[in-house]
Amino acid sequence: MSTIPAELSYTKSHEWVSVEDDVYTIGLTDYAQDALGDLVFVNLPEEGDEVVAGEAFADVESVKAVSDVFSPVTGVVIAINEELLDAPETINEDPYGAWFVRVGNVTEVGDLLDADAYAALCEQEG
Amino acid sequence: MKLLFERSVPGRKQTIFPDLDVPEVSFDQTLLRDKAPRLPQMAEVDLGRHYTELAKQTHGVNDGFYPLGSCTMKYNPRVNEQVSALSGFTDIHPLQPAETAQGCLRAMYELEGMLAEICGMDAMTLQPAAGAHGEYTGLLLIRAHHLAKGDTARTKIIVPDSAHGTNPASAVMAGFTVVSVPSNEAGGVDLDALRAAVGEDTAGLMLTNPNTLGLFDPNILEICRIVHEAGGLCYYDGANLNAVMGHARPGDMGFDCVHVNLHKTFSTPHGGGGPGSGPVGCKAFLAPYLPGPQVTKSADGSFSFVQPEQSVGKVRSFYGNFLVTVRALAYILTLGKEGIPEASEAAVLNANYLAHLLSKAGYTLPYGERCMHEFVIDVGPLKAETGASAMDVAKRLLDFDVHPPTMYFPLIVHEALMVEPTETESRETLDEFVSLMTNILAEAREDGERLHGAPFTRPIGRPDEVTAARKPCLHYVFDEEA
Amino acid sequence: MGSYIPETHEGRADMLTAIGLESAEELYSVVPEEVRSGELNLPEGLSELEVVSHMEALANENVRFGTVLRGAGAYRHHIPAIVKTVTSKEEFVTAYTPYQAEISQGVLQSIFEYQTQICELTGMDVSNASVYDGATAAAEAVLMCLDRKRGEVVVAESVNPDVITVIKTYCASRNVPVVTVGMKDDLTLDLEALQAAIGPKTAAVYVQSPNYLGVIEDMDAIVAATHGAGAKLVMGFNPISLGILRTPGEYGADVAVAEGQPLGLPLGFGGPYLGIMAATKAMMRKLPGRIVGQTTDADGRRAFVLTLQAREQHIRREKASSNICSNEALCAMTASVYLATVGPDGLAQAARLSAGHAHYLADKLAELGFAVVSDRPFFNEFLTTCPIDADQLVDALEARGILAGLPTHGGILWCATELNTRSDIDRAVQAIKEVCDR
Repeated sequence: MSTIPAELSYTKSHEWVSVEDDVYTIGLTDYAQDALGDLVFVNLPEEGDEVVAGEAFADVESVKAVSDVFSPVTGVVIAINEELLDAPETINEDPYGAWFVRVGNVTEVGDLLDADAYAALCEQEG
Repeated sequence: MKLLFERSVPGRKQTIFPDLDVPEVSFDQTLLRDKAPRLPQMAEVDLGRHYTELAKQTHGVNDGFYPLGSCTMKYNPRVNEQVSALSGFTDIHPLQPAETAQGCLRAMYELEGMLAEICGMDAMTLQPAAGAHGEYTGLLLIRAHHLAKGDTARTKIIVPDSAHGTNPASAVMAGFTVVSVPSNEAGGVDLDALRAAVGEDTAGLMLTNPNTLGLFDPNILEICRIVHEAGGLCYYDGANLNAVMGHARPGDMGFDCVHVNLHKTFSTPHGGGGPGSGPVGCKAFLAPYLPGPQVTKSADGSFSFVQPEQSVGKVRSFYGNFLVTVRALAYILTLGKEGIPEASEAAVLNANYLAHLLSKAGYTLPYGERCMHEFVIDVGPLKAETGASAMDVAKRLLDFDVHPPTMYFPLIVHEALMVEPTETESRETLDEFVSLMTNILAEAREDGERLHGAPFTRPIGRPDEVTAARKPCLHYVFDEEA
Repeated sequence: MGSYIPETHEGRADMLTAIGLESAEELYSVVPEEVRSGELNLPEGLSELEVVSHMEALANENVRFGTVLRGAGAYRHHIPAIVKTVTSKEEFVTAYTPYQAEISQGVLQSIFEYQTQICELTGMDVSNASVYDGATAAAEAVLMCLDRKRGEVVVAESVNPDVITVIKTYCASRNVPVVTVGMKDDLTLDLEALQAAIGPKTAAVYVQSPNYLGVIEDMDAIVAATHGAGAKLVMGFNPISLGILRTPGEYGADVAVAEGQPLGLPLGFGGPYLGIMAATKAMMRKLPGRIVGQTTDADGRRAFVLTLQAREQHIRREKASSNICSNEALCAMTASVYLATVGPDGLAQAARLSAGHAHYLADKLAELGFAVVSDRPFFNEFLTTCPIDADQLVDALEARGILAGLPTHGGILWCATELNTRSDIDRAVQAIKEVCDR
């Protein structure tokens, strides 16, 4: 059973979101990292890049697969977690600590789920 | 095994070059490298033994059965190697005057004609160096065709979901976007999905037929018609041509251009990953766009190079992997008009024979026993029953000097093992493989978990690919750096 | 007719029966009647003896020149005996790409050794396992420098024209603009024109040194101009020259590419050759094609595997940076055996001999009125004027078994390697003198 912190919001594509002072922090959920297996690299956007709700802004690589990471919001990247570039295993080890980007100037927020709804989704996907 | 650099001893050397017989050029110090490259310093005997040891840890076609799906690992005839090593081919400069290289040009001209005949095409280029390179070249022809008509809206290439990864990647390199169409239940192209996908933005379709499931698409004429009626062109990925040579020509199926893999269908060796050769053929209306130069024959029987009038340019220097094409020419000359279709027929027979016996042995064939030159086993049911995966079955085969089938491809069968025996294997070899696979099945049912540890008899076990990718070590670390 | 099918006709008939078919035609019953082939219009098959005769006849139609004074992208060097012996081992010749690491350690280790040697040769951090040839290496290299903000490429006109054409072909299909920069009278890249050509959209500058006409470019100034404008520098090099000359790594190149043919591969009428690609660590994950890495197995034994595969087409599909799959693995092994055979001293000696012979040839030609066009340093190729009709010169030398330099740029582009000994050159120069005196 994967961990789903109650204080975060979630997307149907398995990203988590936290909001503080209008800054959105985004990462991959425990369910997602478990399904993807050992991650070996992450491609992040650059500071200043625009992200669009529902569109891919990063991807994660395992040995034999690449998976897109989708943005839950439209806005501008104000910080990236450079530590992930050297230590992608952090996403497997501490998914809710291993944030990918912080997004500001948010003009649109896509559909988000609360922890209960996301738990139900994970249950459904098995 | 030690690396070259670990065998190196300062001062050891081989005397390859003489002393200077002319004054030494004194270059300005700023033009010289600071320190010598740390290349190995070895005696000839040690170098020879090093590579003999490496060869012992390499599985070639002569080391055992090699049923690697979609790769057509057929026997590589020795005579091809011998003639490609003739100094009258190896010692010819690509820029020497054409009248001094008539044998090379004639060889190219002969091979182009024969490949065009086998594919049902009007013109060929030998320039592409590999299959993916051929795909790119063929797509450049399609792009040039549409642009020459002023049709700039045709930006999309349709690719079935069972396609090789090179297809979508080549389409993007050629400036297109990719539309994926699903396969139908029988493993062929879903005609309704294809009809829905084509339109005024369709540049073309890329298709392997038989496809990566080893199935010949019975709707092939309709597929090409749908694409042509929408204004698109049809590209034939020749990766699986070994199934149909002399039985069905891509040109007669409705395709406008095609690449062939000389290192698959035409018996040239794979070299541990290359060099291959991916000649491209096309119908006459695409010929003006071919990469240059092209060989042409004059009325007096001599050969020369010409530049196609609206050429897409060049995809490689000179004329392609010439010495590889020499091997393919020797192969086609050997087999001839009867041997070419016979080779395909025997390849299809071997695959059907193997599919039948493996199905009987208890393996699941999701698309039935009848196939062309290859077929896909679904290890999914075995995995559900015993825990042993396609990877486990594949790795266990390594213990018996059999190269495993292609694993986890095509992507639409999740636990796929794709088996292509080729025509150059005898019935005994196929029977031995079946008995081996039968034993592995029994092992899985006895203790599925144990197979996770296979192979058991190789110099190394399964390597840690995760660490290799997370912390890449891509060259030897010399002592002074460590 | 020849055949490589081991099973007899009777055996095949038995196999058909075993799977419940009556005739071989039934194997193709799924193929619609309309697309069935009639008899192919091919010659009858031949025996091995006949094939050898046919191919020998073709080979004998070609002229093998005793003396080759032409390079221009393909170079006749000495190939040490052990190189061919090693690379003819049938395990290496016939193996597939080493996806199954446990039975492919030999091939994988040899690629790892090759990558290491290329890093040593070039002074770069990482090398891939090869691409098709020098021209596609250059094209792939400029494409790997593109990013979202920089989408244009600058190419020096002083590089090999085939390479320019291939770069333009690759870039045109990606809608990447290519700007070319001319050369000065001394046959070096026009630095002022380069500075004017590089803009905020320039992703990569491609320069070759020694350049197509043999001249060593002012790489320090070119690198400074390129990096000063925020672009990446892709440097083409001659692998033999790096036995003595300064490396792309020392100049600060971001990507280094070369035609690897001089490292033990025959002229072969243009192929198969070897595309060498090496890069800085920062560019590692943008390199196209296969890369071998070192790791361990569960018992801690050293093992080699294909790695960073998520860059490649079989995983990333339409998002892959390149479509390359098959490469030139056996040619890379050939280069690796060559470099291990000659060693650091041998490579330097090959470079000294090539440069020495070229300079000796240039001096002798100058005495006959063939003036070296540039006064800048050159390695083993140089452009001269031609005091007589160039075609006439080429034809007359051809009759004497000498392949003359290549007529180009209004003169002749000459080349010498370690194979063109002093006495060889003296004979050639005497022949040229006779042609001129006629």
